[in-house]
Amino acid sequence: MPKPIKEIDILWITAGLGCDGDTIAITAATQPSLEDILMGGIPGIPKVNFHNPFLAYENGAEFVAFFERAAEGQIEPFILVIEGSIPNEEIKSEGYWAAFGTNSDTGQPITTNEWIDRLAPKAWAVVAAGTCATYGGIHAMAGNPTGAMGLADYLGWAWKSKAGIPIVCVPGCPVQPDNFMETLLYLLFQSTGRAPMIPLDEALRPTWLFGQTVHEGCDRGGYYEQAEFDEQYGSRKCIVKLGCWGPVVQCNVGKRGWMGGIGGCPNVGGICIGCTMPGFPDKFMPFMNQPPGSLLSSHAVMTYGRAIHALRRFTQASLNKEPSWRKPGPELTSGYSE
Amino acid sequence: MSTQTITAAPAKPRTLVDMNWDPITRIVGSLGIYTKIDFANKEVAECYSTSSIFRGYSIFMKGKDPRDAHFITSRICGICGDNHATCAMYAQNMAFGIRPPNMAEWIVNLGEAAEYMFDHNIFQDNLVGVDFCEQMVKETNPGVWDKAQRTEAPHAKDHGYKTIADIMTALNPFTGEFYRETLQVSRYTREMFCLMEGRHVHPSTLYPGGVGTVPTVQLFTDYLVRLMRYVEFMKKVVPLHDDLFDFFYEALPGYEKVGQRRILLGCWGSFNDPYACDYKYENMNAWGNKMFVTPGVVVDGKLVTTDLVDINLGIRILLGSSYYDDWQNEPKFVDKDPLGNPVDQRHPWNQTTVPRPQKRDFNGNYTWVMSPRWYHEGEPGDKKYLALDTGGGPIARFWATALAGKVDIGYVKATGHSVKIYLPQTAMKPEVEFEWKIPKWSNAIERDRARTYFQAYAAACALYFCEQALKELHAGNTKTWTEFKVPDEAIGCGFHEAVRGVLSHHVVIREGKIANYHPYPPTPWNANPRDIYGTPGPYEDAVQNTPIFEENGPDKFKGIDIMRAVRSFDPCLPCGVHMYLGNGKVLETNHSPMFGMMK
Ligand code: SF4
Ligand code: SF4
Repeated sequence: MPKPIKEIDILWITAGLGCDGDTIAITAATQPSLEDILMGGIPGIPKVNFHNPFLAYENGAEFVAFFERAAEGQIEPFILVIEGSIPNEEIKSEGYWAAFGTNSDTGQPITTNEWIDRLAPKAWAVVAAGTCATYGGIHAMAGNPTGAMGLADYLGWAWKSKAGIPIVCVPGCPVQPDNFMETLLYLLFQSTGRAPMIPLDEALRPTWLFGQTVHEGCDRGGYYEQAEFDEQYGSRKCIVKLGCWGPVVQCNVGKRGWMGGIGGCPNVGGICIGCTMPGFPDKFMPFMNQPPGSLLSSHAVMTYGRAIHALRRFTQASLNKEPSWRKPGPELTSGYSE
Repeated sequence: MSTQTITAAPAKPRTLVDMNWDPITRIVGSLGIYTKIDFANKEVAECYSTSSIFRGYSIFMKGKDPRDAHFITSRICGICGDNHATCAMYAQNMAFGIRPPNMAEWIVNLGEAAEYMFDHNIFQDNLVGVDFCEQMVKETNPGVWDKAQRTEAPHAKDHGYKTIADIMTALNPFTGEFYRETLQVSRYTREMFCLMEGRHVHPSTLYPGGVGTVPTVQLFTDYLVRLMRYVEFMKKVVPLHDDLFDFFYEALPGYEKVGQRRILLGCWGSFNDPYACDYKYENMNAWGNKMFVTPGVVVDGKLVTTDLVDINLGIRILLGSSYYDDWQNEPKFVDKDPLGNPVDQRHPWNQTTVPRPQKRDFNGNYTWVMSPRWYHEGEPGDKKYLALDTGGGPIARFWATALAGKVDIGYVKATGHSVKIYLPQTAMKPEVEFEWKIPKWSNAIERDRARTYFQAYAAACALYFCEQALKELHAGNTKTWTEFKVPDEAIGCGFHEAVRGVLSHHVVIREGKIANYHPYPPTPWNANPRDIYGTPGPYEDAVQNTPIFEENGPDKFKGIDIMRAVRSFDPCLPCGVHMYLGNGKVLETNHSPMFGMMK
């Protein structure tokens, strides 16, 4: 058993190809809130020093200094959080797609990828926040010019931190606020020896958050069961015919809501577009079409329960796979051409 | 038309120190500011702003289903993505030829009002506020901190803080009481948002043709009770900020010059009126003028137009110092608008984006942001490509709305020279009327002040929208969506105000697919580099010649006045930029100051 950690830094890089939506999301969390974690409001976790550009007091080089020091081994231990997809910097001859800070010797921007290369090996744990960082997401869709991919594509799916922890993926576009903070809290408990190794599924998601489908938690399930399907947006019935992918998407938002139990997706009239899945967005587009196979499953719902279940597993397996072009290497295969 | 001269010639010989801040924190996204500072004359001599990411929306949206545009473009921004989704939906409605039911429009307006309430709140008091907090003021201007402790807050009875120093202490990150309160407020305002649009920040319930939100008595009750908490909160927040900002003018004479630039403001209008808006391009001037925030361009304090067709046709995207190939010789997508007006090659409808990553060179190309300009004939000899800014949103919205004098819905009223905001009685406080008056300058303090007033304005509008939605509900009008077919060939445009200012989406549909799509959010307008005519972008312009009031010399320099100038624009880099200020390398001597822990 490793010694319990007493103090830990969180180094959060928002400079992937993202929108900062996951950072914004965590400011919405209340279970736990940022204040709970940073101000010592939860027993049994280490003292946490938090470095995220959105909330930092420091600025410019003073802020980057934390990352420099961590890369030099002077900050120990730390959790590295990556937000935004990882561009492929190998597919072009010069310049950068994504950068954070400036190299004082060359005067050129330091690429986000270089930061990952320097920091990941030294991190106690690496967390990918949001679907861009986990699996590539929107910026990795077909036709993209940057060769964007997820962190696991970049570091390798079998990658483990020096503490033996795989990449922890908390997908969602953006991440559901409490899902992220709860995962972080779990890791902090693990760091003090109060929780065992974080349980992750094959897509590196915390199992307790992503083990069920949206549909299994959706409060419109009763309508689905009675085969009452909406043809128009804005009523209370099941919206599978309008494009809801809930039956095959692993996500707890239908049940948990978005924040404080309010909002969400199919539960409040928004089709599930599969934003937590490795296959997002490509395998779910066009979003407003009825998902293939769901017609059969919806008509047949009352009699063919078992067959549908098998069919769903099959679809789910495919949706749990990223499109093939999200990978490192000198070649761009997203379909983009000038 | 005159151009204001903001600074006189330097009194002492210039010694320029290279300083950069990269990234600028406490904003959304990565922005770098690169400056040359003249410490002897206490001013910023040169400023470049640079953006450090490229994602390629206009590229990967090609060939996709036009119905997906709002889902995709929401992901442009993680704090105001819903503004994009909404704007995309407006463009879809125009392209598909549909008009959503009234109820849908009230729901969208309520959602967007909540977004303004949330976003301005968190930015103002958890990000900008830190630049005015005790810790920061002590570190940068100990003299000002001393004075703040001796200065009574004129509105102490409204907000409960006795001295200006007490306000500053309350703004300290995490330990400050007001800081923590505003973080909490940012949460229940997002709950209000989620009631209407499903999820913050990428909505789940918006669609072309309307919304999927189910309008019920419960929905509007849940919204209204939170709104009234916010209304009460505003009665304390507006006077608190007035006290703080007025104090800076008083404590540091000349502070009005910080972040000052020529008055060149753009506002594309917000909150459609469902009774007026049919999404037809031909009627756009008429329904644009019925918006509850009036669109307009303000040049040197004069309102040049409120016509969205004029605004649309004047948009030009210039290259200059950005990493892209030109499209001057590429084929045109749209020759004439639906009214028969010619559409320029440099208009977003006709833009072709080809990225060309390259080394950053401040004498050449240095950013991923292009330079949007607004073409205006003006007087002979005037510049024709105006570098409009949004001032972070509120100041431009108020300025245009005030001068236009069109909005009058009981809770808010534009007077021709001001905007009045009326907030009814709440549990603990009586009714209040606030008045935003056109300020003397377009500068950092006034941008920040307008933000606070706009929070109150958004809340007041939401009261009206809530009443209208309930009226529809009580009348049994609960339909929220209009069916449509995607046409084979069409064009569309949407105009909206993202939280930080002007937002437009332009779409061209061919063979039922997206053939061209160009969103123009506020930050490219504000954070762009020098264009092909050498005109600097607004940040560059506003920071250049900003006087330095900070008491620290080059070795401990925090650049607080520059930060206040930049943050007053509410930079949001996912849609644009990266600013860069060096680590204190002196150009002309060998003195080598350092920043904190930097080597
Ligand atoms: S709306 Fe979607 S998640 Fe909910 S019951 Fe229907 S198919 Fe399932
Ligand atoms: S329900 Fe679907 S769209 Fe909503 S957050 Fe979960 S995966 Fe994303």
